[in-house]
Parts: sequence; structure tokens; C-alpha cells
Amino acid sequence: MSEPLLRLSKITKTFPGVRALHAVDLELYPGEVTALIGENGAGKSTLVKAMTGIYQPDDGEIFFAGRKVTMPTPHAAFQLGITAIHQETVLFDELTVAENIFLGHSPKGRFNLIDWPKMNANARLLLDDIGASHIAADIRLKDVSIANKHLVAVARALSVEADVVIMDEPTAALSHKEIEDLFSLVEKLKSDGKAILFISHKFDEIYRLADRYTVFRDGEMVGNGVLADTQQSQIVEMMVGRSVEQVFPSRAVEIGPPVLNVKGFSHPTEFADIEFDLHKGEVLGFYGLVGAGRSEVMQALFGMTPSTSGTITSNGQVISPKSPADAIKAGIVYLPEERGKQGVILDLPIFQNISLPSLSQTSRNGFLRMAQEFELARNYASRLDLRAASLSQHAGTLSGGNQQKVVIAKWLAIQPNIIILDEPTKGIDIGSKAAVHTFMGELVEQGLSVIMVSSEIPEILGMSDRVVVMREGRLAEVFDNDKSLTAEALIRCAAGIGEQAA
Amino acid sequence: MKAITRNHEFWLAIVVMSMILATALRSPGFASPEKLAVIFNDSSMLIILALGQMVVILTRSIDLSMASNLALSGMIVALVNAAYPEIPVPALMLLATLCGLCLGAFNGALIWWIGIPSIVVTLGTLTIYRGSIFLIAGGKWVNADRFSEDFVQYTRIEFLGLPALSWYALAIVIGFFVLMTRTTLGRSIYAVGVNPNAALYAGINIGRTQFVAFCFSGALSGFCGYLWVSRYVIGSVEVAKGYELTIVAACVIGGISIAGGVGTVAGAVFGALFLGVMSNALPVIGVSPFWQMAISGAAIILAVIINASSQKKSRRLILRLDQDAS
Repeated sequence: MSEPLLRLSKITKTFPGVRALHAVDLELYPGEVTALIGENGAGKSTLVKAMTGIYQPDDGEIFFAGRKVTMPTPHAAFQLGITAIHQETVLFDELTVAENIFLGHSPKGRFNLIDWPKMNANARLLLDDIGASHIAADIRLKDVSIANKHLVAVARALSVEADVVIMDEPTAALSHKEIEDLFSLVEKLKSDGKAILFISHKFDEIYRLADRYTVFRDGEMVGNGVLADTQQSQIVEMMVGRSVEQVFPSRAVEIGPPVLNVKGFSHPTEFADIEFDLHKGEVLGFYGLVGAGRSEVMQALFGMTPSTSGTITSNGQVISPKSPADAIKAGIVYLPEERGKQGVILDLPIFQNISLPSLSQTSRNGFLRMAQEFELARNYASRLDLRAASLSQHAGTLSGGNQQKVVIAKWLAIQPNIIILDEPTKGIDIGSKAAVHTFMGELVEQGLSVIMVSSEIPEILGMSDRVVVMREGRLAEVFDNDKSLTAEALIRCAAGIGEQAA
Repeated sequence: MKAITRNHEFWLAIVVMSMILATALRSPGFASPEKLAVIFNDSSMLIILALGQMVVILTRSIDLSMASNLALSGMIVALVNAAYPEIPVPALMLLATLCGLCLGAFNGALIWWIGIPSIVVTLGTLTIYRGSIFLIAGGKWVNADRFSEDFVQYTRIEFLGLPALSWYALAIVIGFFVLMTRTTLGRSIYAVGVNPNAALYAGINIGRTQFVAFCFSGALSGFCGYLWVSRYVIGSVEVAKGYELTIVAACVIGGISIAGGVGTVAGAVFGALFLGVMSNALPVIGVSPFWQMAISGAAIILAVIINASSQKKSRRLILRLDQDAS
């Protein structure tokens, strides 16, 4: 066995309040593909940033070809020969393909000006090399299809003399044919002797391409080895680990009749044939990999995506929400994932935030009734134990947890039947998480029904009565959340791992 | 108290008053009630137009066609009055307002349905509306002798020492104050401007709100079309040419954020009064009108700097404060 080309030893990276990486090791060998596996938030992207000079590790050492190195800037990583193809490609639409490839290190001619003929010729060579001879080097990037843009990003990554190539979920946005092309490219890089780090959620890709694997969980390295010696089930076990000690409130709520029935719900490009029903007093979990289409389905239910087909029945009546206002009228509310951007209006007073969707209740003939409005806001703020000096202060002055309460108060105030929570505890501290979970319990006790989209398995298992798993825009399976439902089963289902591997 | 001294409108009011007092030192009559009434009357149309522009800017848009809309609506009522002097003036006021409303709605519809940025739409209609004046009037002016007596008098009749023009402005200011602070529409306008995404999730139709805002700016422009023609007793292609930028200037000086969502009726009123007082004061103290342009330009930039620096102070409260009581 050869020496590793790049070796990371005991890398630690801490952000305020979060330890993203804790003493992790990683080794990349020339001519081999190493797969980096882990759930969302396991620290994979942080590691990539530490390897490419975007983040500086707080502790630990990096060895390149046996020599200890530091990478104070992304440029330093570039010069060492470490290059990354990121999840979302960072390219410039208004520049040509060649300019995008050579931005920052374009060949210079006389007077230190850009040597265009040389740059275009070099770009041509690179594109041909990765099997993208159909892309012209001198057209603007905006005239290139999304899949081809990805190839341009690959060409850009290879335009430096790179020995280490990092691919962070490169197949996420590609179709099957394009994925095949990418695979043959990876094979070629491998035979050129490059050391490749391949990050993916999809087990079929990992088993097809990778020679080795490293598994991360909660910022720690929990296992590595040669893939040929390892069963899928062993890797899944490493990813999940023992169940995280997290207490979820127990609740004793009678599950009532269905309040929402969705049949054949489809969208031209985002999801198809979604069918589920939601019962009174139920928490229905929606699990899936990022990009499986869960949020898209919810936004469509909330009337934000008009071009959908299918039947939605709410309390026995067929509804077709064409706008959020329609959905709100039908008693459906949606708490979006990015609460800063879409939920709470930081520059408006708290009471105005709370009353915004209920203005028809607190007004008469279009005129506001301030007393009623304050009453409504005060009522829900106290029910949620919202801590604020005054309801007239701007919502932006509140802490994250209290902002979340403002959003919840605002939706409760319209007295909905169904409340959709999209990643309700993403990015908030443990204490606020527990408060949100308790609160969800209270919601269903009051006879509401909750749909909870979450990528956190403990949360899904701890809160849901049933779990809908989505994969690639389709419904994969619906599980009853009794004692027998395991994290492994959810991950298998979401990632599309066949049963035969067990 | 602290809230008041932080307030942009408060400081602007102080500045406007200081300008009046400083001018009065050089020219004692300047602060007399009669002269102040004249200044207010001079500023009335700008106040009305600034309120219309304010509503549009609050929704993250801009209406550059207001002055052209004003001139076109004004020309229409001028021609109607010249041809049919027997039509009562209130009907003509209504006609001017409706004309303006339609022109504003046209802007708004293009923005709502087709999704063209407002600056592009109104830059286009600015020229279209202005050009239409030439077409409907055949390039001719409507001169003073062709207007009926009532048409001219309806902006001039005095009541409690103020001309009718000033009373129209006052009524509209009160109306807009109620609109912006006491109605669901006003609330929606702020919500759309501050955070369109959150407004969308709260069930507010962003496009429709912007459409309504353009209807307001259009209707007020149309109404001012009558006021302008009546006050200056002339209808021509050149009426209020370039005035759209003065209107925007009044809004910006008044602390209405071009980024949307921030601004008040009081701000728009004092922004317009600032420009009105300045244009009255500078000739009195013997400053050339060219300085006037430079000063109003400086005032715009100063207003934006002051606003930007005051917004920086209100950062997020992350630290837990001990006085966490009510």
C-alpha cells in the first residue's frame, strides 16, 4: 500500500457554540477514490473548507506528500494542488467559459494583459480532456446548460495542476446520463493518479466509485477502511451510531379522523404522485435527503406553486390553494425553513408581526382596530411565554428562539387546522429545540394536525406518529412510528438502498 | 424621549424650522403667518405628489412617470374645460384623478402581470405619457384666456386664510396618515416593502399591493394635473417637466428608504416642505437658483447618510439584558 498523498490529523474546528469537527483524521491515496459519508451536519462540508483554505482549523495538522503544510488562503491550497468541485457551482454567468475556467490564473501575455488566444486554446484542451468537447470555450456561461456548467466547474477545478480533487456531492443536480459521464471522468482522474475525495449520500455511487471510505458522525470520525471489505449495513450503523440521548415529550393524544387527504399531487419538475393523509391530532414526519422535494411539496400545499395537479381534500372539501391567502383561508399554515428571510419581519414591531396574517380579524372594512390587534398579540405572546420588554419593539431585537415564537404566535393567531413546520429546529440551541418540541405536543393536544419536515432522524423518530419518506421527488414509503421503526430503515429508504444488502 | 430624538422626521422638522428662522433674521417678514401660508401653498403639490411616490417607494418600486402623468391628466382637463366650460369643476377634478388613476394602473398592471421592474416600466411611460400630450393637444398650448373662471378659482378661494390648494393638500395628508397607520392596506404596504418573502407567506399578494400603490401615485398625479393647470393657468407639453426627480428628492430627504419598507407620511411632508422652504428662502437671502440645485442635492446625500448611520445603531439584541421586565 502506498503512502497517503494528503493526510489530515486530529483536525478540530469550533464555531461559536458548535464544535463542527473534533479531532478528525482523513487520508487520501493517489489513484484512489475515498468516499466521505455522513448525515447532514456531520461536518463534511466544514472539512472540505478546512482542506481548501477557506476555514482555518483550530487544531490539528495537514500533511501533503509527507510534508507538514498550512493553507492560510484558498490560493495556498490551489498552489499545493488541492482543488474542489463544490456542491453549488460558483461561476459567473456573464463571463465566457474560458474566462470562468481561468479566472484568477489566466495566462498572461505582453504588458501582463490576458493572452486570449492562449486562454481559449488551453480551455479547449481541458474541456476535451474531460470529455466535454461539445462545449465551446468562447461562449458566455449563461448560454450553457446546467449540466454543462457543471463540466465547466470540473474543468476549472482541473485547470490548476491538481493532485487532490475534492468532489462535494457532485451528482446532486445531474441527470442519469450526466452522472454516467461524471463517473467515467472520475475513473480517468483515478487512472491519472489523482487522489480523490468523493462526498455523496447515494450508496450506489459510493460502492461503484470508491475504494475507501471514511464515516463522520456529529463532527467525529467514526470509522474508515476499504470499501470492498465492508457491508452497507455496517456503514449505515456507523452513520447512525447509538441513539443520541435526547428527550422528547410524550403525549397521549387521540388520533382522530383524517383532516387532510392528498392524492396524485404532482408538479411538472419537482415531485410526482404524492399521496398521504393527515389525521386530527397527528404529527406526520416527512423525512428524506436534502433535495428530495419535501419542502417543494409543502410549498405547493401552501399555494405557492400554482402549476400543480392532484386532489387535496381538507375536512371533506376539495380545495385548490392558488395562493398562500387561499391556503390560510383553508386553515393551512406553513412555517418556512429560513425564518429570518421568510417568517419574521425583523423591522416591524412584534405585535404587527403576530397580527399580519390575521388582519382581517382585527380590522373592520379595511380599518385596523389597534386595541383588538394588541389584545390578539398579547394573548398569543403570553401563551408562548414570549420574552420581550414590549410588544412594540422590533422583532429584530429578539433572540433566535423568541423570533421563532413570534412566528409560531403569528400562525396560531389565525387558528389553523393544519400547521406545516419545515425544519422547525434547524439552527437553534438545545433549549429552544425542546421548547419547540413541547409546543408541537401542545398543538396536537389542542386538536391541530402537524406536518413536520425534518432531516434530523432523532427528531423524526421522537416526534412523529407516522413518517413519510420521500426520495427524488416521489413518495418512497410511509412508516408507522411504532417501536420497530429504526433509524437504519429510514436512511435505507431515503437513500434507496435495497434490502438485499443486509 | 430617546425615541423622538432618534426620529428622522423630528430632526427634519427642526431643520425646516431653523431654515425659516435663519431666513427671517435676514428678511424679517419671512416668518410671518402670511408668508408661511404662501410657502405652504407653494409646497402643496409637492407634498401631495411626494405622498403618492412614498407609497410606491415603500413597496420597493419607483414611479418616474408621475410628472408626465400629471401633465397629461392636466392637459385633458384643460382641453375639456376649454371646449365645454359649462362642466362643473368638481367633475373635472374627478376626471383628472380618474385619468391619473388609469395611467397609474397601467404602470401597475405591467409590473404585476408581466413582472417588469418598475423603474423600466415608468421610464417608458414617462416618455409615452409626455408624448401623448403632444398628440391630443396637437402641439398647441391651452392659454389662460381659454379657461373658465371657476377652473382657475378652485385652487385660489381662501378659507381661514389658506387657499383651497393648501386645504386639498392638508386633507390628503390626513387621509394618507390614516391609510398608512390605520388600515390593513397600509400595513400590507409596509410588510411588502420590509420583507416581501415574509409578506408572501402571510398571505399578502405582493404584486397586487404594488399595483394598488401605483394606482395611488397615479390618482394623486392626475389630481395634481388639475391643480397645476389651474394654479399656473397654462396647459402645455412642458408642464412639470423634470419634476419627477424633485418628487423623489422630497421622499429621500424625508427619510423614505429607496430600499423600501421604511418611511412615514410626516417624513414625506417635511421632505417636501424642506424643498419648498428652500426655494422660497434662497431668493430672499440673495442666493442664485443654481446654488439651490446644489443645496438640494447635498440635502439628499446628507439625508441618506444620516439614515444609514442611524440604522446601523439598531443592531440585534443578542445579550440577555437584566431589566427583562415589562
